[in-house]
Amino acid sequence: MSNTITTPTAHTPPSSPGAPVTPRRRRQRTFATRTRWTGWGFLAPFMAVFILVFIAPIIYSIYLSLFHTQLVGGTSFVGFDNYVRAFSDPVFWGGLLRVSLFLAIQVPIMLGISLLVALAVDSGRLYGSDFFRISIFLPYAVPAVVASLMWGFMYGRRFGLVGQLNEFFGWDIPDLLGPQIVLASIGNIVTWEFVGYNMLIFYAALRVIPSSLYEAAAIDGAGQWRVITAIKIPAIRGALVVATIFSIIGSFQLFNEPSILQALAPNAITSTYTPNLYAYSLSFSGQQQNYSATVAIIMGLITMVIAYVVQLRGMRKDA
Amino acid sequence: MSLTTLRPATTRGRGKLETPSQPKRNLLLTIVTGIVLVYSLIPLIWLLINSTKSQADLFSTFGLWFGHDFNFFENLTRALTYDDGIFLRWLGNTLLYVVIGAGGATLLAVLGGYALAKFNFPGKKAVFAIVIGAVAVPGTALAVPTFWMFSRLSLTDTPWAIIIPSLISPFGLYLMWSFAKESIPADLMEAARIDGASEFRTFWQVCLPLLAPGTVTVLLFTMVATWNNYFLPLIMLRDSDWFPLTLGLNQWNSQAATAGGQAIFDLVLMGSLLTIVPLIIAFLFLQRYWQSGLSAGGVKE
Repeated sequence: MSNTITTPTAHTPPSSPGAPVTPRRRRQRTFATRTRWTGWGFLAPFMAVFILVFIAPIIYSIYLSLFHTQLVGGTSFVGFDNYVRAFSDPVFWGGLLRVSLFLAIQVPIMLGISLLVALAVDSGRLYGSDFFRISIFLPYAVPAVVASLMWGFMYGRRFGLVGQLNEFFGWDIPDLLGPQIVLASIGNIVTWEFVGYNMLIFYAALRVIPSSLYEAAAIDGAGQWRVITAIKIPAIRGALVVATIFSIIGSFQLFNEPSILQALAPNAITSTYTPNLYAYSLSFSGQQQNYSATVAIIMGLITMVIAYVVQLRGMRKDA
Repeated sequence: MSLTTLRPATTRGRGKLETPSQPKRNLLLTIVTGIVLVYSLIPLIWLLINSTKSQADLFSTFGLWFGHDFNFFENLTRALTYDDGIFLRWLGNTLLYVVIGAGGATLLAVLGGYALAKFNFPGKKAVFAIVIGAVAVPGTALAVPTFWMFSRLSLTDTPWAIIIPSLISPFGLYLMWSFAKESIPADLMEAARIDGASEFRTFWQVCLPLLAPGTVTVLLFTMVATWNNYFLPLIMLRDSDWFPLTLGLNQWNSQAATAGGQAIFDLVLMGSLLTIVPLIIAFLFLQRYWQSGLSAGGVKE
């Protein structure tokens, strides 16, 4: 009975609604026509809002980036002048360099810890592994504002742990909110927030590895390390790529943590510390909307290109 | 499938019976992983301890132990009543944004993911390419131009400025797409249609229950994103009556730095604690559902 009607699902080749081959073609065609637009009915609400809050702002900021507004003389079309300006803007490059450094150091550390914890929890060799999994994930529920405030207080010398440890043990932990180290201190906050989140993504992927693979490995006499490198890591490659892409995006749009720590470390964190802080201050204190839009677009493009490259390389089967 | 029932009696090189699903507990591994556990929990413990202190004790007593006075309830009362109970107003705002914003985002993602997974329609490939591309667009890159658009529409400084952008979660759509693809058998939908069910009824009564674990997962992610959102409200809102908790806490914290402002770090810490407790409770209660949602959909290749 259920074979008499072929619904156009994802498995059906696109040409099938128009090229029926069964004797039941009349009925099939009317059904196909009726369902042809049904998908849109379910998708339309999402797409309507998506156009309003994704497509329209992107188009609007591209438009803005091509103009220049002056107090005297008004708005004029300047083509790619804003982009040229950005590429020779040391402040923009300084911020970009800073988040790139952040990306190169913080992301591997964070994902490395996440992977180790995920493997440990998944191995079943921990005492109380549920407690580990849930507790390490908890910081993800903490807003960046609260995380930055907590860590900022702890870093601080006023009523911070650092000052107290220095005093008590006679240590000399340097000022974690000083210009030299504050980037690492921000890296610590971001790591703390997202280790559990990434761990959970890896763990979820590890859980769906068929146990037959492990059994086959056990029969072959493979050790734990071999199981990890030959079975587990390749099997969760997709999750690793997804986590890496999200971490790259997060690094390039670094804003919340430095923005909140600014109140505690005004000398170390300037209003142009990251490209996003720069775009924000250009727009809201500098009244340079056009240039701000340009910076945002360039950052968006860089992020998308890198995310795309990571995806292509990461998903390659023979890599 | 038959392989899963095949279990090796012993692993080679060991005398003990040990199957892969029941390995031996390892104390060393537990201790090493314990370092990460301590790292994760210490700031939360620090917050809990320091929420019991008076402002004087905050400055003068050791951070990881209690102060001279136990001021937890006093701090709680003061945080809730400070400035005519503005904290409760912020909590209400946050709940409003979460219920409508995250709830709406989940609904749109479920409908859209179902459409992409189970129907063929004109333009589907283009929609896919654009939405998947949008996952990589930094949210902050959008927030500033969205502000300018909304300010032309006179939407800034209203709850809509927070709710409307929160309604879209490309990652949520992606999760629901992969979840729907795996969890709804095509035969079941056909059977419902043959029985004369409308498309809406097929979705509502047949498919939606199957999508429940994925839906809870997306709901939790959008909830966290909305509850914790800082950048968007920072840009959109000037009137502190519409602030969510995150923005309010930051205002309390910077109060000490403003001229003539009174330092209220004890309230900042109590407010922080009150901000994270509801989410942590939600996580603990729902964790069984959303973990299965995460496993079954989404993060596979």
